[in-house]
Amino acid sequence: MRYFTPSTRPAPPRYDLLAKHEEEEIERAHQENIREPYVTHNRDAVWVGDRIASVIENPTPLWWYIAVAIAGGVASLTGLGILYLITTGVGVWGENKSANWAWDITNFVFWIGIGHAGTMIAAILYLTRQKWASGINRAAEAMTVFAVMCAGIYPGVHIGRVWFAWFLAPIPNGNAIWPNFRSPLLWDVFAVSTYLSVSIMFWYVGLIPDAAAMRDRIKNKILKYFYAILCLGWRGSARQWVNYEFCYLMLAGIATLLVITTCTVVSSDFSTSVVPGWHGTIFLPYFGVGAIYGGFCMLITLLVPLRELYKLRDIITLRHIDMCCRFVLLMALLISYIYLMEFFVAYVGGSPNERFTFYQDRIFGPYATTWYCMILFNSVIPMLFWSKKIRRNPWLAFGIVIFPSIGMWLERFVIIVSSVHRDFLPSSWGMFYPTYVDVLTFTGTLGVFFLMYLLFIRFLPMIAIAEVRSVLPEASPHAPPTVINNGTEPGGHHV
Amino acid sequence: MSETSPLVCPVGSGPMPGKLYAVGAEFANPKELYAAAEKVRDRGYRWWDCYTPYYIHGLDKAMGLPKSWVGLFTFAGGLIGLTGGFLLITVTSVYVYPHDTQGKPYFSLPAFVPILDLLMIILSAIMSIVGMATLCMLPRLHHPLWEWDAFTRATHDKFFIVIEADDPNFNEKSVIDLLREIGGTNLTLIGDEE
Repeated sequence: MRYFTPSTRPAPPRYDLLAKHEEEEIERAHQENIREPYVTHNRDAVWVGDRIASVIENPTPLWWYIAVAIAGGVASLTGLGILYLITTGVGVWGENKSANWAWDITNFVFWIGIGHAGTMIAAILYLTRQKWASGINRAAEAMTVFAVMCAGIYPGVHIGRVWFAWFLAPIPNGNAIWPNFRSPLLWDVFAVSTYLSVSIMFWYVGLIPDAAAMRDRIKNKILKYFYAILCLGWRGSARQWVNYEFCYLMLAGIATLLVITTCTVVSSDFSTSVVPGWHGTIFLPYFGVGAIYGGFCMLITLLVPLRELYKLRDIITLRHIDMCCRFVLLMALLISYIYLMEFFVAYVGGSPNERFTFYQDRIFGPYATTWYCMILFNSVIPMLFWSKKIRRNPWLAFGIVIFPSIGMWLERFVIIVSSVHRDFLPSSWGMFYPTYVDVLTFTGTLGVFFLMYLLFIRFLPMIAIAEVRSVLPEASPHAPPTVINNGTEPGGHHV
Repeated sequence: MSETSPLVCPVGSGPMPGKLYAVGAEFANPKELYAAAEKVRDRGYRWWDCYTPYYIHGLDKAMGLPKSWVGLFTFAGGLIGLTGGFLLITVTSVYVYPHDTQGKPYFSLPAFVPILDLLMIILSAIMSIVGMATLCMLPRLHHPLWEWDAFTRATHDKFFIVIEADDPNFNEKSVIDLLREIGGTNLTLIGDEE
């Protein structure tokens, strides 16, 4: 493999000139017909560590406090909404006898889906040796953890009498009742709790060497103790690295299996029922694709401001944004195929109820607007990403992915509400309208998510320092001649 | 770690007070470290280690390290989760609390698969981390190397080789000569409390 090495080593450019230099660097990589560098501008390992750690070491910027205040204020809506729900009863939500499941499960699936892209990047791209992912995997995993936490709020509170939530756990209770292990709802409990635990473990293991790096450099006494405890006494010895890397590999494999299991189980909540619009085998890939789609959109939404605010454009490069946009495009195509396939299967399946759901209720029924918006946002607008110019324009990409982010929420609403509100018996048909408690509780979860994310970027290295360093050309003991000592030493590869 | 610890002294600046733990040397980049590690390995040392800020591809081969055993822990965890989960589900669903759900048999294995799978996953993940921590000898509250000021850069930009006094071949003079010969700088004697 050829490494991208600049013909000359210019002094690092000033940051206001960076955008221009970045384009030149990429342009030259294309002319020389080699891969773009993982870290642009020939930055070295020391720069990478300093730049990422500076986010934590520098004084907290004012915008951070403002953002935390806003996110915290919004997050309190969830707290108040849940308090009102528990003290009053599930009647404060808009659910009724026709639409037993509505807004809460929509939000649950929306958040759990966002989580899946983080695991996809951190685990699947790691297993497939996509080294570029090392620049964004920490940020993506953090997104997973916080999104799954937001998702977990809903199954926790939607059961009505929340003080009996522990009946879901496989422990004997006062009536000697054990949970029904054949129920998809119990699978869901296991899937979400396992997913949350394993995501945190995977994220934490990735953090260990970086916590040690922070321990060794931070001046603040309290934070030093914090990182010293977090890193468990990591020394970075080669014997530790061998076991560590193997553990990370194992966890990546486990997380890959888990992400498939979790979206399968979440889809089984629906597909194991007989409700028209839910009862389809396509639900398993449907939820997987949808999850990764929504997650990549959220990731672009997070990465674009972060790379600008913290001047990380050399690490989170245009190539990263481009790659994420390509994933968005791929998932948009897959999900459009699934939308078409649902209609096709409803047609050839021959069930009149299923045909009614798709050919009349979805496209002409009372919720038809959500369906048309969904198609516009998820299948039409992301087609802009066929253009490389758009994919390489971060703020434009940031603007575009807001639509599929909303579209993915609408998709869950379409699947859930517009299937269940008119099922087999016309006498039990009805409508679902969200109450203000529904709306505010969901708005609050956005605040919870962003609040936790803001705390994460402030106190933990948001990019995996050790991993980014290890993909630099200089990290290879067999680096080509231009990399070490300005090309005075011969390079080569081990046999 | 700001003031110099009494347990650390650069080579040549006087005798080591107390018990000697190891001799350490600094290297500038992965390439030098890699070449040096091969030489230390070839001299037959066993109680020694390289310290790097990031994982260096192939360094374990240069050091002659065997493959990691973490996979065994993962497998054991998976097995525990699978068998434990199978017992939990079967015993409760068939014997302790048999429950007729939509006429499904009490022992309905296909419906048990998702939870078996999830329990297998979580136990193997936990055991992987337990295995990693055990094999890395973590968590660790103190280590003699942390007395060495220069060693804080082992997580930043420097690379170290440390040969421990516990090695059967250890001889202070020959170890110092070897570390000098293979290009180490900032050679330091590191002591340990009795």
